[in-house]
Amino acid sequence: MSFDELLPLIFIGLMGVSLLVYVVSDGYDLGVGMLMHRATPEERDTMVASIGPFWDANETWLVLGVGLLLVAFPKAHGLVLSELYLPTALMLVGLILRGAAFDFRVKAKADRKAMWDRLFIAGSMLASVCQGWMLGRYISGFGEGWNYPIFAGAIAVALPMAYALLGATWLVMKTDGALQHKAVEWSKIAWPPMVLGLILISMATPWISETVRERWFTLPAMIAVASIPVTAGIALVTVRVLLGSPTVRGGLCWLPFALLVLVFFLSFLGLSYSIYPFVVIDRLTVWEAASSPDSLKVILIGVCVTLPVIVAYTAFSYRVFRGKTIELDYA
Amino acid sequence: MDAVFLARMQFAANITFHILFPSISIALGWVLLFFRLKHLRATDPQQKLDWLRAYRLWTKVFALTFALGVVSGVTMSFQFGTNWPGYMERVGNIAGPLLSYEVLTAFFLEAGFLGVMLFGHRRVGEMVHLGATFLVAFGTLMSAFWILALNSWMQTPAGYEIVNGQFHARSWLEIIFNPSFPYRLLHMVLASALTCAFLLIGISAWQLLKGVATDSASRVLRTGLVFAALAAPAQMMAGDLHGLNTLQYQPQKIAAMEGIWETTRGASLLLFAIPDDAARTNHFEVAVPKLASLILRHDADGELKGLNEFPSAHPPVFAVFWCFRIMVGMGILMLLVSWVGLWRHWRDGREFARMPRPMLWLFAGMTFAGWVATIAGWYVTEIGRQPFIVAGLIRTSDVASRVPSSSIAVTFAIYVAVYLALLVAYVGVLKYMAETADKKSYANVSVSPAGEPQQYQRRGEFA
Ligand code: HDD
Ligand code: HEM
Ligand code: HEM
Repeated sequence: MSFDELLPLIFIGLMGVSLLVYVVSDGYDLGVGMLMHRATPEERDTMVASIGPFWDANETWLVLGVGLLLVAFPKAHGLVLSELYLPTALMLVGLILRGAAFDFRVKAKADRKAMWDRLFIAGSMLASVCQGWMLGRYISGFGEGWNYPIFAGAIAVALPMAYALLGATWLVMKTDGALQHKAVEWSKIAWPPMVLGLILISMATPWISETVRERWFTLPAMIAVASIPVTAGIALVTVRVLLGSPTVRGGLCWLPFALLVLVFFLSFLGLSYSIYPFVVIDRLTVWEAASSPDSLKVILIGVCVTLPVIVAYTAFSYRVFRGKTIELDYA
Repeated sequence: MDAVFLARMQFAANITFHILFPSISIALGWVLLFFRLKHLRATDPQQKLDWLRAYRLWTKVFALTFALGVVSGVTMSFQFGTNWPGYMERVGNIAGPLLSYEVLTAFFLEAGFLGVMLFGHRRVGEMVHLGATFLVAFGTLMSAFWILALNSWMQTPAGYEIVNGQFHARSWLEIIFNPSFPYRLLHMVLASALTCAFLLIGISAWQLLKGVATDSASRVLRTGLVFAALAAPAQMMAGDLHGLNTLQYQPQKIAAMEGIWETTRGASLLLFAIPDDAARTNHFEVAVPKLASLILRHDADGELKGLNEFPSAHPPVFAVFWCFRIMVGMGILMLLVSWVGLWRHWRDGREFARMPRPMLWLFAGMTFAGWVATIAGWYVTEIGRQPFIVAGLIRTSDVASRVPSSSIAVTFAIYVAVYLALLVAYVGVLKYMAETADKKSYANVSVSPAGEPQQYQRRGEFA
């Protein structure tokens, strides 16, 4: 394969990684946002404080992911976003409301705070549900028929659950005392629907798409790729066991979150394996959709130079705000 | 309604909402750095406290502004593709890298250090914090750099070649530093400085009127006036240069701005007119003879091309003509207000307590003057580029989306409703924050659950 043919692959990889980082990082803060409806006003402040320094950078991964789709695969971008026009717009409205409410809630008059909190929760939910729906439509190649909307609908419920679980385990890691206790309980509640959703998706995807079926259920590849669901399953069970044990409120408070990130990563691998080499399943391959190698090279140089730096200062920021959450102020 | 028209309306509504916030934050980041340094340098304890108060209030303003800039910006990054898919297919090879570099070098920089800048005081040392503030301010400037490079390229394309209808890059230096880019960047950065300066002026004048935090408000007001008094004349000169550049590369835009239909020597400057696109003439003209030629050609008898030389390829005149007048009018007003204000302040012995209240009311009334001028200016630029999306090369109607117009109409309505509500909330909260600035400023900031064990990190642990 020549370098020019390799370029689209590099870019689909980059795009995938950006979207994965987005899903994990904005996933936990959307999850925290959705969980807020179960928290007391004081707890809400701590919850927001736990995501406060990060949410902006988290969302930037979405901008990068969609930006790469737009610039590296303009044809796929056109196709995907015209198919998903309405859910995309609604997701954006959700993200707008959430991002705005995040700042307004502590700056507006005290008696408006409850309203902004409601908008924060609603925005987080709207964005998550829309993302689930979009994911569902995307995996199923935008098919038409009675079963497709049901499939997308199921994911539109499962993904928010996954986010909620991720958010709850984030809180287990970042808080202590009564809130941490609650977060453990929330995690336990969100665990079964998330696992159920994951199983359903794994079963339904091959059923709904011929291409995926062939990829997964042909020997000998089947044996190798089976390790993905097996590992994910072990990780999920470990999360559940940890949630039931007291150690999760002590030194191991970070482990459930870390394991869930692993599960997200594995699901992402599985999904990529199902779809490759398509950008839009059964319709457009990576190479058909890519733009000219020249401009991809120009972007690649930028990526190679900046990505390590971005990773470094993201790590710096997480280091600065490591440990349990304390109140946020602009002192 | 037809889909292209709706797509244009929707795009315009989104970008108009978006630009409101960057136009403040591009300059406000640097102002915060200035306040912080003033606070650190001050030796007099009262002064130190005043600058700290100013810093805290304006950090909150920055946080809010930035958040709205980000969320509307995320929307923008989808709008390009959803509204103008053909655009990316045709010029993606040029627009793509510029947009990616914006994300990679600017957005991540701002977003990465914003947390440390806003909330890091208790956790990092002063130098690290100043560094974070600098990087955020620098990041906003980089955003402006890249996006304006793209916008300017669409106005005055250069450094490209067309192979099989596709645009390819020939020279990146020529693409980035295309003929109108330096002027547009300078003019936009100054616009941001003015927008921010009048926000400082307006809000602190309001605080003085209400008797809130008067000591720190006076300092901020003085700072704002000085900034504005410097930036306003600079902006006029930059605008003049920008206009000369436009005359060279987009004469039809100038003809629309000046309402000139027939090519004339010694064209007069229209102070008032109602341009009529259908009749191809102006009504109710009030004109100063020869002035337009004098300004644009620096020669009273210089020739200016008229719109009739560009059949079916010139912009709609009415909007461009009037937006231009609004911008220039605001520019003149800003100059007058800042200079008269500063002069008066000097006469009052540098005491705002002695400044006449109507003057303070005028300042307060000008709080959002920068927004008006900025938006008017952008409308001149963007509507003045019509009917092309890339000046002279690609028509807007050729690249529009194939999404059904009903979908566009629905989302358009939702966006506008959300934006209007947020705009009202934003202005309301600015007012509220200004009025409550001296009550212990964090009356309603998060309190952690009382009585719970907390692991506070020690101040400056990482410094
Ligand atoms: C505070 C804002 C502000 C103020 C006071 C002015 N402008 Fe401006 N103007 C802008 C903010 C702006 C802007 C919004 O930033 C634009 C749109 C695109 C750009 O680069 O700057 C703009 C565009 C713009 C253009 C359009 C160029 C083109 O698109 O080709 C011209 C000719 C001028 N300006 C000229 C002036 C003059 C002669 C001014 C004298 C008072 C002036 N502007 C004041
Ligand atoms: C169509 C054009 C535009 C697009 C697609 C766009 C996109 C974006 C996006 C995605 C963000 C959020 C970045 C983040 O996640 O931190 C953003 C913020 C920003 N944009 Fe834009 N933008 C556009 C126009 C402009 C213009 C015209 C300017 C100014 C000249 C500008 C300056 C900024 C700045 C300074 C920020 C930082 C956030 C803030 O200050 O509020 N953008 N933009
Ligand atoms: C610097 C970044 C910007 C870029 C890259 C950009 C790009 C575009 C594009 C692609 C269109 C649609 C195609 C067209 O109608 O020609 C457009 C239209 C428009 N833009 Fe911008 N824009 C930028 C900044 C702005 C800002 C800051 C404003 C206003 C505050 C603005 C106001 C408009 C308006 C009003 C239109 C519609 C013009 C019409 O269709 O008549 N733009 N711009």
